[in-house]
Amino acid sequence: MSPVVENVSCPFCGCLCDDISVEVEEEAIVKVKRACTSGLGIFMDYDARPRRPLIAGREVEWDEAVAEAARILSAADSPLIYGLSSSASEAQRKAVALADRIGAVIDSTSSVCHGPTGLAMQRVGEPTCTLGEIRDRADLLVFWGCNPDASHLRHFSRFSLTPRGTLTPNGRADRTVYAVDVRPTGTAKKADHFLQVDIGSDFEVLTTLRLLVKGREPAADTVGGVPVARLQELAERMKTCRYGVAFMGMGLTMAAARQLNVAELFTLVAELNEYAKFSVLPMRGHGNVTGADQVLSWTTSYPFAISFARGYPQFGPGEFTAVDMLARRAADAALILASDPGAHFPGAAAAHLDRIPTIVLDHGPSVVAAKARVLFPTAAYGVDAAGTAYRMDNVPIPLKRVISTGRFTDEEILDRIIEAVE
Amino acid sequence: MLGILGGRVYDPQHGKDGEVGDIWVKDGRVVAAAEVDRGRAEVVDAAGLVVMPGGVDIHAHIVGGEVNAGRKMRPEDHRGHERARSGTMRAGAGGTVPSTYATGYLYSELGYTTVMQASAAPLVVRHTHEELEDTPNLDNGAFIVMGNNHFVMKAIADKQPERARDYVAWLLGASQGYAIKVVNPGGVENWKWGRNVAELDDEVIGYGVTPRQIVQTLAGIADDLGLPHPVHIHGINLGRHTSARTSIEMIEALDGHRVHLCHLQFLSYGPGPGHVHRSEAAAVAAAVNARPLVTVDVGQVIFGSATTMTCDGPLQHRLHVTTGGRWINDDVESESGGGIVPITYKASNPINATMWLTGLELFLLIDDPWRVYLTTDHPNAGCFTSYPQVIRLLMDRGYRREMFDKLHPRARKGALLPELDREYSLGEIAIITRAGPARTLGLAAKGHLGVGADADITVYEEHDDKEAMFARPRYVYKGGVLVARDGAAVADVAGRTFSVAPPYDPAIETDLRTFFKEAYTVSFDNYSVLAGGAHTEQVACG
Amino acid sequence: MSERLTLITGRTRKQAIGMHRGKSSPEYLEATGFVEMNADDMERLAIPEGGVTRLSTADGHVELRAQVGELPRGLVFVPMGTRINALIGVETSGSGMPSFKGLAVEVALAGEPGGAP
Repeated sequence: MSPVVENVSCPFCGCLCDDISVEVEEEAIVKVKRACTSGLGIFMDYDARPRRPLIAGREVEWDEAVAEAARILSAADSPLIYGLSSSASEAQRKAVALADRIGAVIDSTSSVCHGPTGLAMQRVGEPTCTLGEIRDRADLLVFWGCNPDASHLRHFSRFSLTPRGTLTPNGRADRTVYAVDVRPTGTAKKADHFLQVDIGSDFEVLTTLRLLVKGREPAADTVGGVPVARLQELAERMKTCRYGVAFMGMGLTMAAARQLNVAELFTLVAELNEYAKFSVLPMRGHGNVTGADQVLSWTTSYPFAISFARGYPQFGPGEFTAVDMLARRAADAALILASDPGAHFPGAAAAHLDRIPTIVLDHGPSVVAAKARVLFPTAAYGVDAAGTAYRMDNVPIPLKRVISTGRFTDEEILDRIIEAVE
Repeated sequence: MLGILGGRVYDPQHGKDGEVGDIWVKDGRVVAAAEVDRGRAEVVDAAGLVVMPGGVDIHAHIVGGEVNAGRKMRPEDHRGHERARSGTMRAGAGGTVPSTYATGYLYSELGYTTVMQASAAPLVVRHTHEELEDTPNLDNGAFIVMGNNHFVMKAIADKQPERARDYVAWLLGASQGYAIKVVNPGGVENWKWGRNVAELDDEVIGYGVTPRQIVQTLAGIADDLGLPHPVHIHGINLGRHTSARTSIEMIEALDGHRVHLCHLQFLSYGPGPGHVHRSEAAAVAAAVNARPLVTVDVGQVIFGSATTMTCDGPLQHRLHVTTGGRWINDDVESESGGGIVPITYKASNPINATMWLTGLELFLLIDDPWRVYLTTDHPNAGCFTSYPQVIRLLMDRGYRREMFDKLHPRARKGALLPELDREYSLGEIAIITRAGPARTLGLAAKGHLGVGADADITVYEEHDDKEAMFARPRYVYKGGVLVARDGAAVADVAGRTFSVAPPYDPAIETDLRTFFKEAYTVSFDNYSVLAGGAHTEQVACG
Repeated sequence: MSERLTLITGRTRKQAIGMHRGKSSPEYLEATGFVEMNADDMERLAIPEGGVTRLSTADGHVELRAQVGELPRGLVFVPMGTRINALIGVETSGSGMPSFKGLAVEVALAGEPGGAP
């Protein structure tokens, strides 16, 4: 009879579903229940065999790898620490301690994901709520520039579209759902109403909605490809709902106006509260990118793009954000924690990682791991490393250690590097 | 081993009001002189200096989700207040919402060694504990919000107070919290419907219970469980002109119970001409004076920048609407809510000026310093770094008059403050910043310098300017370790988190599993490890 | 012939699954190796279903098989990943965020004249 571990948290995306059960046989995962197809691979595709660290592709002892990593970081004038969001908060805290110690720039994947959302929150605030409030109260949902059907596969069933909650006993039937996007996505198909927006026009549409909410009339009949009459309908619904929620994602943060788009949506949501209870929930992507924001904010007071070069934290989006640091060739060494900028960054930024010595901590293969000067094979958070991760709604979720593999955790390796640079 | 010799010792708990004496320390505690090998002790000559226990802050927002959102929202709050790393001391930034390391060092630099986190929603208390781990030099604890908790309200509605009691006991243990906190009871739940409460007998939507019932139940539970600290209440109508009336009604409703009313300044207003409230501190102080079981902290307004952050969702929305400030709101399922709005208090604003007057009047009209404590509800009314300014205002009526004269004329007109001549003595300051809070918190080893006390000791140079005196202690010891000298932090030591775990009927857990499926979006088993193995020190109940 | 169209990149279910298998795995390459286009745009550019299509910007180019997708005219979609990132520039307008969505790209059937940047 194989032991089954219940209430396991899947660390793949910001949903951090904590109802997963994992069947283990001789320290190997043989079966997983309730994980979605995106999260399943975290458990089933993980090659947990212990490995040695590598220096330039050559297997070495741990002490040697730690010493080399420390040497690289100590010799660097402008080291960059990047990633963090697929790592537990305990390890993220060590990454900050290391950055503090060596005067590094530290940035998380927020900068290429919901960084603009953070910048918007700094400009105008953010009326939000936890996922249970959404499940239990929300009767109007607006998915704007996000596609949970592709990115957060159990969001609809656990939190937003279909679950039965205390005030939503009829599940889907108790909710009116809008999707606003540049193309008809899987999410749009599940919505009651789909508003197709011209690419690059979200800002105008959001501003128009603000006008309509205030009872004013826009001059045009169509804005951003959307008939104003349909926006008027949406505005009316927003003003008269019991509890409305807007979900937002990369459709707003990655489009040309970036944080201006998000600030306009946040402002709309704040203004709606004069008429109806309304909240907004950023659809955080990586499993613990919310944790990275939280950890960086409490230790430095800034959420991402931080430089310790002067001995104290400085906040500089556009300067200390990783893509900019690499594009300008401003980093002369990098420590990549549980992330793959080699795959996910624009080519010219990723290319700089080939020019500088890199130290990579990761549990599996990646583009940056393959090219690392020093590679530390680590335990995978939520699988063979326990810790804390923060859900997209800021609720801290415990991660379990489901199998024991003898691999070191990110936290342990960072601790050793910190000791070695001292 | 350490000896702080020949200083003027202010230890109100032991009746010492400046008499010259020696304090001996061994293994982090105050000990009798005979215990110490003087040849091997470090000796500090404190002749001519003032020696007090380390400061105890009974109510501040320093860690957790709400505080962190405030930090993240306000980069402009931190720029210009940076702190560089130094030795093992971590870099950080200050402002009204400092980062965690900076918070610890800044409090050390003020001579404070214990700070209680004013609120934590249990669903997110793990975050609070993580931040406490990263806050050096301060012993601490977290107050767990329960005044809008669905399980509690349902138990009240079902007329099952024992069920509520077992739940509260379980919840305190699971969250590794220190006390029961109540914020705008019922009002925060109503805010999830876009509404609020205005009277103690208003109904909470969906529950049919009232704020009166909620506070009476929770106050009764705190007493039944023998919790070291009474129920800690942020009442209804904060900021409104009805607040003084409903504060007094609440005091009457809780007759016979221990109760601590926090930042009472914000809840002591009456109607005034135009839209400017009036201070009703005299009436509220009279109600407090008449009831020995009531303690309060003031929440004194400081002119300048502040960041309002409370679990009082509807209040924070109203602040956003009236000030236009950036607004964060967060509704927390089944438990709580809250929000954040930056604010600037100005002497030239008649409303802010009235708030300032109200706080000082409370200090000067509540007779017993053992029942009124110095806070600024950090960072709501002001940053904790302004405590020395408050001390000066209390000790120096000339300075008070100077500041009064700068207030907007509408606030000055008919104000009571100029008639209040009272000046606090050093001994009384020691009570309201150390001995009193420690006693009401039930922390037996804090707030005094008797044998057995934790060796949390602050040594000041005496100055006529009391703000300068308290802003720059000569020496600050935490558990016998020097953590600050001449107003600068010099060491980084781990603080201890105090918690309580009162007994409860284990049958409640069956009840809870059912409740959880409906009320929450995390599993019961994961919620139960709320604090995530935080290392806390339990304080006994009963 | 080639035309300037607008590129959006984004998450798909198969891309996530492929990521766990590794970025050189057949699953990942298949999941990230196509471009979805509007049917009218494909017709106008004479790109057949499955036709190898060249996408280029000043920063780089890539060749991917085209398939008809539910997109408005003028928009093309490629799943996020290693190959399309060659085209994304490093300009972040001071935000840290590159133009992963809304980027102007030249699109042409591979081998067609005028398809180069």
